[in-house]
Amino acid sequence: MSELEFRQAIRDALDEEIERDTAVVFFGEDVAAAGGVFMTTPGLQEKHGSDRVFDTPISELAMAGAAFGAAVTGLRPVIEIMFGDFMGLAMDSLVNQSAKFWYVSNEQASVPLVVRSAVGAGGRFGAMHSQIHGTWFQGIPGLKIVGPSNPADAKGLLKSAIRDDNPVIFLEHKRLYSMKGPPPTEETVRLGKAAVAREGSDITIVSALRGVRDSLEAAEQLADDGIDAEVIDIRSLRPLDHETVLESVAKTNRVLMLEEAPRVGGWAGNLLGILTAEGLHDLDDAWIVATQDTPAPYSPTLEDAWLAGGREVASAVRERLGVAAPS
Amino acid sequence: MAETQTERARERREKPGESPAEYLERYGRMRLIRRFEQEIHRLFLKGEVHGTTHLSAGQEAVPVGVCSALEPDDYVAGTYRGHGHALAKGTDPEALAAEMLGRVTGVCGGRAGSMNVVDLENGLVGCFGIVGGSIAAATGAALSAQRQGGVAVAFFGDGASNQGYFHECLNWAQVFALPVVYVCENNFYGEFTPMASVTAGGEIGIRAASFGMPSRVVDGNDLWAVREAAVEAVDRARGGDGPTLLECQTYRHYGHSKSDPAKYRPHDEVERWLARDPVDLARGRLLELGVGDDDLAAKEAEIDAQMNRAVEGALAAPYPDPHLNSGTEFKE
Repeated sequence: MSELEFRQAIRDALDEEIERDTAVVFFGEDVAAAGGVFMTTPGLQEKHGSDRVFDTPISELAMAGAAFGAAVTGLRPVIEIMFGDFMGLAMDSLVNQSAKFWYVSNEQASVPLVVRSAVGAGGRFGAMHSQIHGTWFQGIPGLKIVGPSNPADAKGLLKSAIRDDNPVIFLEHKRLYSMKGPPPTEETVRLGKAAVAREGSDITIVSALRGVRDSLEAAEQLADDGIDAEVIDIRSLRPLDHETVLESVAKTNRVLMLEEAPRVGGWAGNLLGILTAEGLHDLDDAWIVATQDTPAPYSPTLEDAWLAGGREVASAVRERLGVAAPS
Repeated sequence: MAETQTERARERREKPGESPAEYLERYGRMRLIRRFEQEIHRLFLKGEVHGTTHLSAGQEAVPVGVCSALEPDDYVAGTYRGHGHALAKGTDPEALAAEMLGRVTGVCGGRAGSMNVVDLENGLVGCFGIVGGSIAAATGAALSAQRQGGVAVAFFGDGASNQGYFHECLNWAQVFALPVVYVCENNFYGEFTPMASVTAGGEIGIRAASFGMPSRVVDGNDLWAVREAAVEAVDRARGGDGPTLLECQTYRHYGHSKSDPAKYRPHDEVERWLARDPVDLARGRLLELGVGDDDLAAKEAEIDAQMNRAVEGALAAPYPDPHLNSGTEFKE
């Protein structure tokens, strides 16, 4: 079976869900005629018509608000907020309208809405086009926050997000768009459930999005040193599936969390808090590898140093475990 | 000339929705809102309404006039000063009062309170505690309404016309010719600050022109004037000709919220507006149109009795039980 490219997986999920359910509409900046700035959505407007797929003004607040109003009156909007960094502009509607509606309305209706964005650093996009906004929303009840680390999950998670009756923030790491991998074996991937990306017995490495690729690369390097790492793709920041991590830690007794953001206020710190409260008896060691406490820099040398990649993760594990690096 | 005027007046009365009997019903709805706000004010002072509340007494002609132009399936988005929006769209006064009192029989089971009421069964997609939120909610509802043959209305205050929501959404709605009516209830104060001191350009209605959108500036204390403008705007929306901005100039009788005695408003200004109380104006107009004092008194007694029953029922209802009514974060 031929491999599936990540951006094609996103496009296929949208295409199939727009086809499957006439309530699904998709809109955003440059998504229709131009096909998306990361070329994730070409041809969707031609195929499904401008009633279902359309370009909007550069008005993120109106976009999020319009999606909310449409979602509580019968449509199932998928919107693209081009770069996650722009989510600050959309925040009031997502936080105060979409996230609260199901509960505050006493469950009169839910808000079936998906907000897709390209996120993450490493693309030399600079400080205002490189952030991962998932944690900005992590403390808001009523929002689901998910993100894939491979093409199969990209398709399955996005399809699940579109079929979900709640507002879902969907994170697409821009350094994954060109990744190829096996196509999905299942139609959908359950939201809110972490995945064991690699089994191991000596240490658990938990990450998300692009960080999962780096963790898997680190695990291969560590295998050469006789360290058998388990890698968990957290896949969802809210709900946060700590149970899968606790199960893993019960086996490995060590956990490293790799997060592409500063340590304070991140998902890794949240997870570490839950692990220590509920799994301290299983923990011999637990720590976080995060970015520097600065905005993402532009220059390649600075940005590469700001980000931790597979090699940095592997050496962090060796150092912590007192294993000498290979000569 | 006189004959033509009489003829015009007769024609208008004979148009659907323009009979004195129908205006008597609308007057009743205005009185219901006024009585509701008076009761909430009283219950707040007794400690039965918690936190804060924003009363709309003095502004009743706007929601009643606008909602009289809507069908039951049409959508409305209101503000944190939204009791009138809900009652005008058809929310049950007892369920609304119970919501204010935090009772389990409230229209949102006591989860929403005064500022965030939702009543989808009556087309109220929500009242929003953030200034300008209603503008976006109605714009989005209009995306659905466009496919359903319906219309969406956003109520918002003068303060919201300086929010990004206003400018982004009016542009959006005009671009897509959405069936939406933007109703600015200009009560001349954004919270405690005079509108004119923080709003450039004078009237709010003229802002629509920059989007190529039609607009009207309306006497918001005149039920007939509001309804006439609303019917025109709703017809335009339903006919596929896009949105309209209505600036309805009105005045709130109370302060911004329950912590505000509104001492910043000049005495003579308050007196001037109180002399143009929209409920009194509507009553006077109905008398001119030949509605009898008896009929008016009967309608008033009916509304007052309804309101008394609503408050009694709401006060008798239990508070939500945290074990039974705590709810879920997500729809499963």
